[in-house]
Amino acid sequence: MEIIRSQRRPSKVDDVVSTLPLYRSAPPLQVRLEDFELFAIDRLRVLKGISDGLSRGKKPDEMEKLVIDLWKANMRHPQASEFVNKDIISHFVLRLVYCRTEDLRKWFLSMETALFRHRFRLETPEAQRVLLSEFDHPYKAVSHAEFESVKEKLGQVARSIGQSLPSADAIYFKVPFEEVPELVAGRRVFLQKGHAYVAMNQVVSLVVTQFRSHLSKALVLTNRKWTSTIREQEKERLTPIVEALSTSYLGPDYSQPREFVEISIKDIDQVANSSFPLCMRHLFEKLREDHHLKHGGRMQLGLFLKGVGLKLDDALAFWKAEFSQKVGSERFDKEYAYSIRHNYGKEGKRTDYTPYSCQKIISSTPGVGDHHGCPYRHFSEENLRAALGKMGVGNRAMEDVMDKVRNRHYQLACTLTFEAVHGTSCDAGINHPNQYFSDSQKILHPKVDPAR
Amino acid sequence: MTMEEVDSGRDAMEIDGCEPEGQEKMRENAVPDGFNANYLKVYYGKLFPHSDLFKWMSYGNDGKHPACDQSYIGRREFSFTLADDIYLRFQSFNSVHEMENSIKEKCPFKIDIGPVYSVDPTKRHAYAQSGDNVFTPVERELVFDIDITDYDDVRYCCSGADVCLDCWPLMTVAIKVIDTALRDDFGFNHILWVYSGRRGVHCWVCDGRARRLSNEQRAAIADYFRVYKGNENSQKKVSLVGPALHPFLVRSYTEVLKDFFEEKLLPGQKLFSTEERYKKILEIIPDESITSELRGKWQENRRSSISKEDINAIRWEQLKHILQSGKQKAQGLRRCVEEIVFSYTYPRLDMEVSKHMNHLLKAPFCVHPKTGRVCVPIDPKSCEEFDPTSVPTLSKLLEELNMGGFRADADDEWERTSLGKSVKFFRLSFLQPLLKSCKEEIESAYNAKLQLSKNSLSW
Repeated sequence: MEIIRSQRRPSKVDDVVSTLPLYRSAPPLQVRLEDFELFAIDRLRVLKGISDGLSRGKKPDEMEKLVIDLWKANMRHPQASEFVNKDIISHFVLRLVYCRTEDLRKWFLSMETALFRHRFRLETPEAQRVLLSEFDHPYKAVSHAEFESVKEKLGQVARSIGQSLPSADAIYFKVPFEEVPELVAGRRVFLQKGHAYVAMNQVVSLVVTQFRSHLSKALVLTNRKWTSTIREQEKERLTPIVEALSTSYLGPDYSQPREFVEISIKDIDQVANSSFPLCMRHLFEKLREDHHLKHGGRMQLGLFLKGVGLKLDDALAFWKAEFSQKVGSERFDKEYAYSIRHNYGKEGKRTDYTPYSCQKIISSTPGVGDHHGCPYRHFSEENLRAALGKMGVGNRAMEDVMDKVRNRHYQLACTLTFEAVHGTSCDAGINHPNQYFSDSQKILHPKVDPAR
Repeated sequence: MTMEEVDSGRDAMEIDGCEPEGQEKMRENAVPDGFNANYLKVYYGKLFPHSDLFKWMSYGNDGKHPACDQSYIGRREFSFTLADDIYLRFQSFNSVHEMENSIKEKCPFKIDIGPVYSVDPTKRHAYAQSGDNVFTPVERELVFDIDITDYDDVRYCCSGADVCLDCWPLMTVAIKVIDTALRDDFGFNHILWVYSGRRGVHCWVCDGRARRLSNEQRAAIADYFRVYKGNENSQKKVSLVGPALHPFLVRSYTEVLKDFFEEKLLPGQKLFSTEERYKKILEIIPDESITSELRGKWQENRRSSISKEDINAIRWEQLKHILQSGKQKAQGLRRCVEEIVFSYTYPRLDMEVSKHMNHLLKAPFCVHPKTGRVCVPIDPKSCEEFDPTSVPTLSKLLEELNMGGFRADADDEWERTSLGKSVKFFRLSFLQPLLKSCKEEIESAYNAKLQLSKNSLSW
C-alpha cells in the first residue's frame, strides 16, 4: 500500500512538485467520522458548482476561474499541511457515494474529470510533465528529425486553431489517435497514419482521457465492493451518511413529474403556446406542420412531454395522430410506437429515460432535416427574431436576448425570453426545459392541485 | 412491389450470329423487372456469395490455427427483414452452412449486419444488463453512410430517391475525400465501399483497430469529418474560421473539391443560372456591399447576349475575383470561396450511423427492394467510373442465368453473370488482403503470448 507521498515522484527541486493527486489508490489514513462527511460535503459543493457552471454554458476560461474560486472557497483546511489529505479523502468518500448507480457514476465522472482538467491546466509545464510521467502509458516526445518532417503541417494545424506557429524547440508527443478523441473531433491535431501529433499545451487532453478511463473503471470496482461488503459492514456508521449525501445534491431531473400538472391531448396546443420553451415550441410546430420529426426531435420533444406529465397512452395517441397523416397508422404502429414505449421504460431494458437538460440540448448537433437542439444556438438571427416575435417578445427584450445569443449565453437568452413572455423575473435561470414549463405553469395557474 | 420500367437493352443481342433466333431466345429468357420472393430464392440459391460473406465476418477465425477464437463468428449479430416487414434480430450462425441455409430458407428481403457481442446474441437473455457478465457489443466495423438525399439543397437535377449521372458524382467526391483520410490520416487499410442500392454509399472499415474502437472514438472520427452543420433554420452551414485550414481540409479542397466544383458541379447543376439558384450562394457571403454588387451585375446580365462561355463559369470567376482581390482585408471574406465550395461538395455523413457500435447496417450483395439493384462494392481507386444506373438488377441477373442454361454444379454461377466482376473484386481487393492481415495478427498475438509464458517459466 503506498503512502500518499509516493503519488508524486520525490523530486530534488522543491518547486517542481505538483499537489494534484491522481487518486490512484485509497490512502491508509485515519479519518474522523465528522471529517468523513464534512470533507465530502465541501468537495460536493465544488462539483455541484462546476455542474451549474457547465449548464449555464460557461466558456472554458470562465470555468477555469470558477474552479479556482470554488476550490479556494471550499477545500481549505485550518492546517495547510492537510490540504492534500482533504483533497484525497473527500474524493474517495464521494466515490462511495457516487458509485452506486449508472447515473450517479456518470455525473461524478463528468464533474471530477472537469475538475481535474482545469486544475491540471493551472499547473506549470514542468509540473505537468512530471504528472505525465506518472501515467501508465508514458508518452515520448517526437524526435527533432521527425518534427522537421511534419513541421509545416503542424504549423497549419496550429494556425487553424488560432495559435502561433510552433517554435523550433517545440515539444510534441506522438500518440495513437484513439487516445485523444477530443482533439481529433475538433481537428486540433495533425494526423498521419493513425498517429496524432499532440502539442505540449494540448497534453491536458491526453491526461484527461486517461484520468477519466481510470476513474470510470475504479467506480465500477468500488460499486462492487460496496454492494458486496461495505454497505452491510457499515450500515450503522458510514452507510447512512453515504446514502444521504447523494440525494441531497443532485437537482431535480424531472423524470417523475412532481407537481402533477397533467396535460391531456386536447390542452396540448394551448399549453404549448403558453408554456413551452422555444426549443420545444419549434419541435411541436414542426410536428404539426410536417406530421413528422426525425429521431433527435422525437427524443427531445417526447421525453419533454413525458416530464410534463403526458401519460404513455396519451403520448401514443398524440404521436399517432400526427405521424399517421404522413406515414399511415399501420406504419406508425410498426415503426414508431415501440420507441415511444421504450422512452417510457416499457420496452427493452426498461430504463425510464430522463428528459434532456439544457446542457444536453445545447450540445447536440442538429443536421439536415433536424429540428432539435437549442434554437438560440442554431437559428440564424433572422429566424430567431421571427420565432421570438411570435412568442410575444417585445422590441427591447428582443435586443437583450440577441445580445446574450451573440455572446453565446444561450440559457440566459432563454431566461430573458421567459421573463419577457411572463412579465416576471426568473432569478434561478433556466437550465432545464421542464423547469421552464413548470415555472410557467406556476405563474399562469397559481393554484395547482396535485393530482396525487 | 412494383418498379419503374428499366430498359434491359433488348436491341443489341446477337446469339450464334442469328438475329431472329437470338431475339426469340431472349424473349424466352426475359425476366420481367421486379423484386419478390421467387426471384430472391433463385438469387440466394445461386448468386449470393454466402461463403465470402462468412469468411469476411470470421476475420480469420476459421479454426485452422490454435489461436483462432471459435466463438467469434457465433457472437456476430445478423438481422433479417422478411416479407411483410417481419423483423428478426439477433440471429447468429456458427458455420457457413448454418448461415447459408437460414438465408435460403427465410429468404430475407434485407440482411443487416450488427456488432460482435460479448456472447452469442441468441443467448443474450441469460446475461445481466450491468456488472460483469454483460451482453454488450465488443467489436464492430467503423461504418459510414452517405445518402444523396442529404444533398437535395444543392442538386437541381433530381430530388428525393432519384439519382442520375449529373448528381451521382457528389457521391464519388465523398468517397474520395473520406477514403483518403481514412488511409492517410487514420492509417486504416481494409476499407470496403458499397453501393447502397438506390441513392447512396456505405463504407466499412474493417481493420482490427477500427473494429475495437469505442463509441466515443467513433464519434470523434465522425466529428473530425464533420464540416457541414446545417439545416433549413441556420443560415450559414459551413463555417471555416481561422487564419489557416486544417491539413485534412486543405488536401480535400486542393485534391478533390475545388476542381470538382468548378469543372463538374458548377456547369452540371448550373449553379448561377437563375436568381433562385445564385441567391443561395450569395447568402453564404456576409458582406452586403459585395452581394448587392454581384446581384446588380447579374440581374442586368440576364438580358445581354449569350456568350460562348458558360454563364456559370463567368459568374463564379466574378465572385471569386471580388472576394479574393487585394482590396479585401477581412480574412473571413477570402475564405468565403472555400466555404461555398465546401457547402456544395464536401461529404455529408449521417453521424448517428457511425457513432454507435450497435447500429445495424445493410450487408453488401443484398438487393434493394425498391430498385432491384444489387449492393455491389465500389472500387475507391476508380470510383469516378462507377455508374449507379448500370448496376445489375435482380431480374437482369436471373435473365443472364437463364441464358446460360441449366447447370448441375451450382457453385460459381455468379461468374457467368454481371455479378461476377463484383464478387471477384470483393475477393481480390478486399477479402484476401484482409484475411491475410487477420491471420498475421492472430499468429503474432499467439507468438507473443507463448513468449510471455516462456519467459515466466524461466528460472
